Amino acid sequence: MAITLRVNGQAHTIDCPSSTLLVEALRDNLRLTGTHVGCDSSQCGACTVHVDGRSVKSCTMLAAEAVGSDVTTIEGLAKGGELHPMQAAFADHHGLQCGFCTPGMVMSAVDLCRRTPKASEHEVRHWLEGNLCRCTGYHNIVKAVQAGGAAMAAKGVK
Amino acid sequence: MATQGGIGASVKRKEDRRFLVGKGQYTDDIVLPDQAYAVFVRSPHAHAKLKKIDVAAARTSPGVLAVLTGEDVAADQLGGIPCGWLVKSKDGSNMVEPPHPALAQGSVRHVGDPVVMIVADTKAHARAAAALVDVDYQVLPAVAHLADATAPNAPLVWPEAKGNVCYDWHIGDPARTDAAFKTAAHVIELALTNNRLAPNAMEPRCANGWYDAANDHYTLYTTSQNPHLIRLLMAAFTLHVPEHKLRIIAPDVGGGFGSKIYHYAEELLVTWASRRTGRPVKWTADRMEAFISDAHGRDHRSTAKLALDKNHKFLGLQVHTYANLGAYLSTFASAVPTYLYGTLLSGPYDLPAIYCEVLAIFTNTVPVDAYRGAGRPEAAYLLERLVDKAARELNVDPIELRRKNMIQPEQFPYQTQVALQYDIGNYQATLDLALERIDYKNLAKRKQASAANGKLRGFGVSTYIEACGLAPSALAGALGARAGLYEAANVRVHPTGSVSVFTGTHSHGQGHETTFAQLITEKLGVPVENVEVVHGDTDRIPFGMGTYGSRSLAVGGSAIIKAVDKIIDKGKKIAAHLLEANVSDIEFGNGQYRVVGTDRVKAFGEVAFAAYVPHNYPLETLEPGLEESAFYDPKNFTFPGGTHLVEVEVDPETGVVEVADVAIADDVGVIVNPMIVDGQAHGGLAQGIGQALLEEAVYDADGQLVNGTYLGYVMPRAADLPMFKVGNHVTACTHNPLGVKGVGETGAIGVPPAVINAVLDALAPLGVTDISMPATPEKVWRAIQAAKKGA
Repeated sequence: MAITLRVNGQAHTIDCPSSTLLVEALRDNLRLTGTHVGCDSSQCGACTVHVDGRSVKSCTMLAAEAVGSDVTTIEGLAKGGELHPMQAAFADHHGLQCGFCTPGMVMSAVDLCRRTPKASEHEVRHWLEGNLCRCTGYHNIVKAVQAGGAAMAAKGVK
Repeated sequence: MATQGGIGASVKRKEDRRFLVGKGQYTDDIVLPDQAYAVFVRSPHAHAKLKKIDVAAARTSPGVLAVLTGEDVAADQLGGIPCGWLVKSKDGSNMVEPPHPALAQGSVRHVGDPVVMIVADTKAHARAAAALVDVDYQVLPAVAHLADATAPNAPLVWPEAKGNVCYDWHIGDPARTDAAFKTAAHVIELALTNNRLAPNAMEPRCANGWYDAANDHYTLYTTSQNPHLIRLLMAAFTLHVPEHKLRIIAPDVGGGFGSKIYHYAEELLVTWASRRTGRPVKWTADRMEAFISDAHGRDHRSTAKLALDKNHKFLGLQVHTYANLGAYLSTFASAVPTYLYGTLLSGPYDLPAIYCEVLAIFTNTVPVDAYRGAGRPEAAYLLERLVDKAARELNVDPIELRRKNMIQPEQFPYQTQVALQYDIGNYQATLDLALERIDYKNLAKRKQASAANGKLRGFGVSTYIEACGLAPSALAGALGARAGLYEAANVRVHPTGSVSVFTGTHSHGQGHETTFAQLITEKLGVPVENVEVVHGDTDRIPFGMGTYGSRSLAVGGSAIIKAVDKIIDKGKKIAAHLLEANVSDIEFGNGQYRVVGTDRVKAFGEVAFAAYVPHNYPLETLEPGLEESAFYDPKNFTFPGGTHLVEVEVDPETGVVEVADVAIADDVGVIVNPMIVDGQAHGGLAQGIGQALLEEAVYDADGQLVNGTYLGYVMPRAADLPMFKVGNHVTACTHNPLGVKGVGETGAIGVPPAVINAVLDALAPLGVTDISMPATPEKVWRAIQAAKKGA
């Protein structure tokens, strides 16, 4: 079936089976491979994107369900070549190692900090319960999320 | 003064930007023109005979390009998956080395054993065809657990392995150790299990093979920690294609932790299938498939005895271990419970007599191989649990018992009773630093505060050592390694003075693109941003043995330094010519060649330019260009060590263990990038705490993996862990040019016994004396109830 998805501000019409997951449409049809697949049970969060501004595991919804919504992937976060404050905070605080969970972590963290700009360590750790990282032990991710939230607030960036 | 951005600077990572904007390129991100897709039909049984494989319906399914079985593998004479390390039994006989065909032939021996490969034009078509394959299995008795596999009359995984024993190995001196026990005032005994783990790098394995018939050339993209090793094994053993016709590319790799060291059947099969179909063939594991096809880690059962004199000095150690190897021998499997385990049993202690026996056992489970730490966590866990038990039974302070028995700084180099010679260390210094970091002197107050909240606070200590920097090739060869373990580097200075470094190690999270660039900055004065580090492609890099065992900086970094030293020396000759001076009068530092004692200088960039634009150049005696290669074979292992301290709070009502505080002090040698070193420690700690409290790959008695998903296999999440207090005390390695030791595995090795010792400290007032990993709430609660009943 043909569906039109609005991703990172651009409309794309794709032809895919009705059973296609959003993550499959993003990776296979639109070749937006920054969104990753780390499991098959909606546990790892590597596929987290924004649908109408809210973080969603893109393996948990059909592509067809995203019709009419604004989808943002990690590729759409930086504006004009400048990193989003959350992306910059992950680099500044060594919040990534192998980079595989990173897109999902960043998208999830941005959603948290839009809702709760000054999230406590406790709030950050519990918010990230849907995102697994095997490299960092979360120590520097937590620091990065708090710093990124502060930078978003200071710069007025959503 | 340190060069800006050189050794000791927390330079931000050069590789981060591509990952942060979603432009990393992992193997599954690559789609080749005319891409085809593979899926595997895998055995649902732990042990069965293949009576009949009916693939007729699959062959005619839409989009199917090939349906391949073990018969096709045999007909095309593909080699079996080899083991890289030959271990000999006590009696001198070779280990039992069963065949390991890429697709099952005649029998399957673990759940997940690949039986049929389907290649189709889309993933969906391949999956649909796989569902049409009909395999008639005759199910056979299976063994999954060490206790079952070693029982009398146990079913055999391999008929040639009597009692399921692969080898019966030992190390140390039994007579000397027996004698030590005869004189002992105290003997402490302990039986323990080191739980089986699934490595679970976040990126599932993937392989994409392409045969270019016009040029008779193969390219394989694969999720590997060591592409040259894969090329070597495919050239020599499995695909039988010479190296120059085989290019292995390991692009961005999403974590490895050991599980991506090995040559897996799927790498061979997609490359071969591309030759058969004429199209590139890609396979990507889904997570459940990863659980039953990636090598697992650990899975030991041991008994140990420690002899002490009346003053509590250690006299001797006896260890007997069963190690589960799974159904087939993975690439490094045989070395892990022997040369990476038995040799580490002296720990940081002056132990005058040691004897260790290891029986390696086949079971009907997925192969077991190296996982972060690999043998060394098993050794540290055994020793540190045993020492803690000694302290408790003898009613002495566990810290002071350790301090009393540690190798003293002036005893280095220290020859252990289990083959290794430690070059340097200062274990007391790491102990003191960690105790300060955790504010040990106020522990009693914290225990009181926890008690006031109805919680039991426990304190656990672990002082550990590891052997890294694998390895001196001659020594490894004498111990059965079938490859050298040096590392290679090529350093290319470009005409305008920027630098490309080609390294045979592989970065999959470790930050080599930054750390290795800092070496160039330190040595040549070239800014980090003008240095490129290239890895992961056998066509671009001369050679290499890859990344595992915390070897990359100690061995690969040393190779880079050797190549850089050749660059500096050649530059001196060029500079001497340009400055009209004798070579012996030229010195190099801060990015400048200088005539000693004068202000006559040539910048490194000017010398590089002259090397490529040799208008005024000693062409009669010196070639143009500025590029050097080096191979570095280490003289010894490196020996990182340290102290890990953990405080836990146990809720006696629920059995829930909360990690309240973690403070560590490691000695990983000279530190190039402190930010990255701390990050490596954090990651290792998380995996070590995961092993201690959460993780276990559970097989039932019939060989079914019962928790092979992220729903069932519990890994640490952010809320399970505290912030970590990480400190370092540096003693520089004495035998490599950087003085580095390696940091990748410290956390996973040191912290598990500290966690369990802390849990047992918390539960000691209730009478609990033992608990196994993972110390889940259920297990802790049951232990508390049992102790109450016994009291």
